[in-house]
Amino acid sequence: MHELSIAMSIVEMAEEESASRGNAQVLSVHLRLGLLSGVVKEALLSSYEMACASTPLEGSQLLIEEVPIEVFCPKCQVRVRVSSMQWIACPECGTPAPEVVQGKELEVVALEIKE
Amino acid sequence: MSAEPRLVEVRKNVLKQNDIFARALRERFREAGVFVVSLVSSPGSGKTAFLEKALTLLHARSRVAALVGDLATENDAARLARSKAPVRQIITGTVCHLEAAMIHNALEGWDVAQLDFLFIENVGNLVCPSSYDLGEDLRFVLLSVTEGEDKPLKYPTIFNSADIAVITKMDLASAVEFNEEAANANIQAVRPGMRILKVSAKTGEGMNEFLEFLEIQRSRSRTASAV
Repeated sequence: MHELSIAMSIVEMAEEESASRGNAQVLSVHLRLGLLSGVVKEALLSSYEMACASTPLEGSQLLIEEVPIEVFCPKCQVRVRVSSMQWIACPECGTPAPEVVQGKELEVVALEIKE
Repeated sequence: MSAEPRLVEVRKNVLKQNDIFARALRERFREAGVFVVSLVSSPGSGKTAFLEKALTLLHARSRVAALVGDLATENDAARLARSKAPVRQIITGTVCHLEAAMIHNALEGWDVAQLDFLFIENVGNLVCPSSYDLGEDLRFVLLSVTEGEDKPLKYPTIFNSADIAVITKMDLASAVEFNEEAANANIQAVRPGMRILKVSAKTGEGMNEFLEFLEIQRSRSRTASAV
């Protein structure tokens, strides 16, 4: 369970960003979370609440956009979304696709603030 | 002062700090000419026995050292030290994985340029270590024959984050009716093209193949960085 330390990093990043904007109040943090990032959405959401306690971010929301896994199919020569984490292959032709081009994201993309 | 909330773009990787440390480590290892291998697996899959065997065999012909992560105790470092290779324990406390900064700190006082191989044994955990780059050249994920052939399907993320799979405790394969074909298929389903090695630290089966593989990878990486 490393979600708590990840939630703490998110809070820290948001605090820094808020400080650089005259301590603007942070209403929400927008996060992109890849399905192959190794981080569990539900665990991160509950950890976020804990990590926010007694910080300027207390009461803010974590909004998570889950990013599906996409691979490059060597046969079809296109980017495709895989149908399951247990089958990293092109869903069209079934060719195994080692090259994962999307799905490992763990990125704060935006903050909703009130100045 | 506006009262209206607004959205500001940030675009920052949450693990940026770890990635910065990992990048610096990778650069340092490359300059020093040391090949770095990390091991991840569930607890009890035989990482330490495998590593002890590998260190003992390698110590005779190469300069090797190891870092080993655990939540508590120095037991594993003591076991690995029987190989006569330099070993340091990283005690993580409550942290369930190693991070690049811990590797950086644990290397203090060691001249990595004096090494051919450095091994990093992660905390036994098939979930958390997958998110953290440690600056290693290759990440090996270990799966023991006693664990069940569907482990890769249950933990696809760690298998996907690793480069090579090692099936351990092969000496027990027939006793536990290990289905090698199913294990291979499951590994390939979550990480297409993944190379699979089979070993037994107890009988020594597959160990020479593993060491040869490492030597080849190391000379390849040296050639690549010389260009």
